[in-house]
Amino acid sequence: MNASGAWLEAIGIAAPGLLGWSAAKEVLKGATPYVAADLPPYAPALLPPNERRRATPTVRIAFQAAEDAVKSTTMPAAELATVFASSDADLNIIHRISLALTQTPRLISPTDFHNSVHNAAAGYWSIAVGARAPSTTISAYDYSFAAGLAEACMLVSVERRNVLLVAFDLPPPQPLLEKRPMGCVAGVALVLTHARTATSIAKLDCAQSSDVATSASTAALEQLRRSNPAMAALPLLELLARNDAGRIALPRSESATLAVNVSRADA
Amino acid sequence: MTPLPVSAYTVTSALGAGRDAHWQALRFARTGLRKLAFDTNTLDCWLGEVADFNVALPQSLERWECRNNRLAHFALQQDGFSPAVEQLRARYGTHRIGVFIGTSTSGVHHTELAYRDRDPTTQSLPDWFQHRYSQNIFSIADFVAHVFGLTGPVLAISTACSSSAKVFAAARRAIVSGACDAALVGGVDSLCLTTLYGFNSLQLVSTDICRPADAMRGGISIGEAAGFAVLDPNATSEIALLGYGETSDAYHMSSPDPEGQGAVASMRAALECSGLNAGAIDYVNLHGTGTIANDSAEGRAIGTVFGNSTPCSSTKGWTGHTLGAAGIVEAAIGMLCIEHGFMPRSLNTRTKDPAIEAGILLEDRHAPVRAVMSNSFGFGGSNCTLILGHPR
Repeated sequence: MNASGAWLEAIGIAAPGLLGWSAAKEVLKGATPYVAADLPPYAPALLPPNERRRATPTVRIAFQAAEDAVKSTTMPAAELATVFASSDADLNIIHRISLALTQTPRLISPTDFHNSVHNAAAGYWSIAVGARAPSTTISAYDYSFAAGLAEACMLVSVERRNVLLVAFDLPPPQPLLEKRPMGCVAGVALVLTHARTATSIAKLDCAQSSDVATSASTAALEQLRRSNPAMAALPLLELLARNDAGRIALPRSESATLAVNVSRADA
Repeated sequence: MTPLPVSAYTVTSALGAGRDAHWQALRFARTGLRKLAFDTNTLDCWLGEVADFNVALPQSLERWECRNNRLAHFALQQDGFSPAVEQLRARYGTHRIGVFIGTSTSGVHHTELAYRDRDPTTQSLPDWFQHRYSQNIFSIADFVAHVFGLTGPVLAISTACSSSAKVFAAARRAIVSGACDAALVGGVDSLCLTTLYGFNSLQLVSTDICRPADAMRGGISIGEAAGFAVLDPNATSEIALLGYGETSDAYHMSSPDPEGQGAVASMRAALECSGLNAGAIDYVNLHGTGTIANDSAEGRAIGTVFGNSTPCSSTKGWTGHTLGAAGIVEAAIGMLCIEHGFMPRSLNTRTKDPAIEAGILLEDRHAPVRAVMSNSFGFGGSNCTLILGHPR
């Protein structure tokens, strides 16, 4: 066997011109034209007020996608295992710390330091929803979405867990931006379940493959797909928005892809 | 779970390069911690620095130049580990071997150096700095995969100080689900100013040497390390991964739940996964950072799961806290304990904190060790427990 499968229960998205799954779905199935627009400021609803004010942009985008996904399911967020997938998490903080380390005296904000860990968003999420379930945070550079999806599907199929996958990245400030180009802020979240439910959207089966990575269907969406590691999800989301079955391939490395077979839940 | 054989492993830390250096340091109670200056560090603290590794990478790998990848490359040359991976590759093929590496800061020291070398006019970073191949979290996993030409699933796990314990769980899932046939797991974290000054800003770095479970403990000593293991379900080995547990505290970003509930859940999940009861664990290698909060919370959790009779110790008095590498370093030490029938004392502990309800070893113990539990806990409330031992 070389596949791990999961039922897709809910989708969340926050990206330029794709604000929330219910609106993004209309765009991605071609019913509404795609209009790129910067994301408006977002205050995570699940964080307590003092944490909400202090939340970093990284935590905000991860929560925006995750909250969009969990609001459309009755499944308690506290019971979901989590996989957070990000190429770089918080380069704003790395920038601030790296600058501070060139100064005398070297004064690093303790809050910046504990928020600098790659799993900061995962930590805030588990605290916000009271989740004591397993949580992992991964990176696979530009291939982080497929790597996170594979890990999430394995948690579902091997550990029989229901899982929230959150993929997100943000452009760093200069001078790091020149070294790590990224076009926009974006996040995508999926809720995946072990057993089919009355509200399952589709069945996803993942396997390593050498298929060529699937492009997005329009030039504008293809540009978006290439502008943020989380937007690698777009070909999958387009298929789901159309409620189609099919097979797409997501970039998993320079030479390999993760093939995702999508079956309709009503099939 | 079905025991997953560990067919090869290696570890490099301040105790030296390879397994024998670690065994000798453990049996003769020699710490690797020193009072020394790393780079331009001015903090008064003890560090666990690895000796003799910081040389240029081979030309074919120079794209990945940075301290972290140099440390990984040096560690991969020890204990016949590279030939073991080559054998694995011949057996399964490059595309059927997964690579799972834990790190907390990857090559961030390279970024620190690049920021010192910014263009004074434009503030641009120097040409020699390549973020993707040094600072990016994935760099270390990508590097290890390229060293051996492995093209199966490659993943970096970064959950702070539990990172390289969690690689065992991720690798086991990948093998069970058929994503790969065997896996190279590991963890690498190297000294950098970000973690030194960062932990210092949280008042967690001790000016004294790390003294786990001591009544007068003052915090952590930071160390660097790299360790690797091969997980091969078809191998015959005296040691296997028997179980693992992964939980979240859901309490605070940088302080453990004082009740230790997440730690209790992690240890119980690992026991359940292995099918063992607490009495079958011969020795527990504690997370034992030497901070007031960690050692108290973990001690309470150990008391809940084991009572006070199971031998426990932290080995961070030897290696320092190697952060994202701590999971693999302490898994390797646990495997040495099994091989040598040895349980190390809690080095540097003078007077045990009477509030810690755990059977802290103040003297070494020589006795058969069939199963070891190793705890790794991290910022964000990330907990992971491994059980390693003789496959039954």
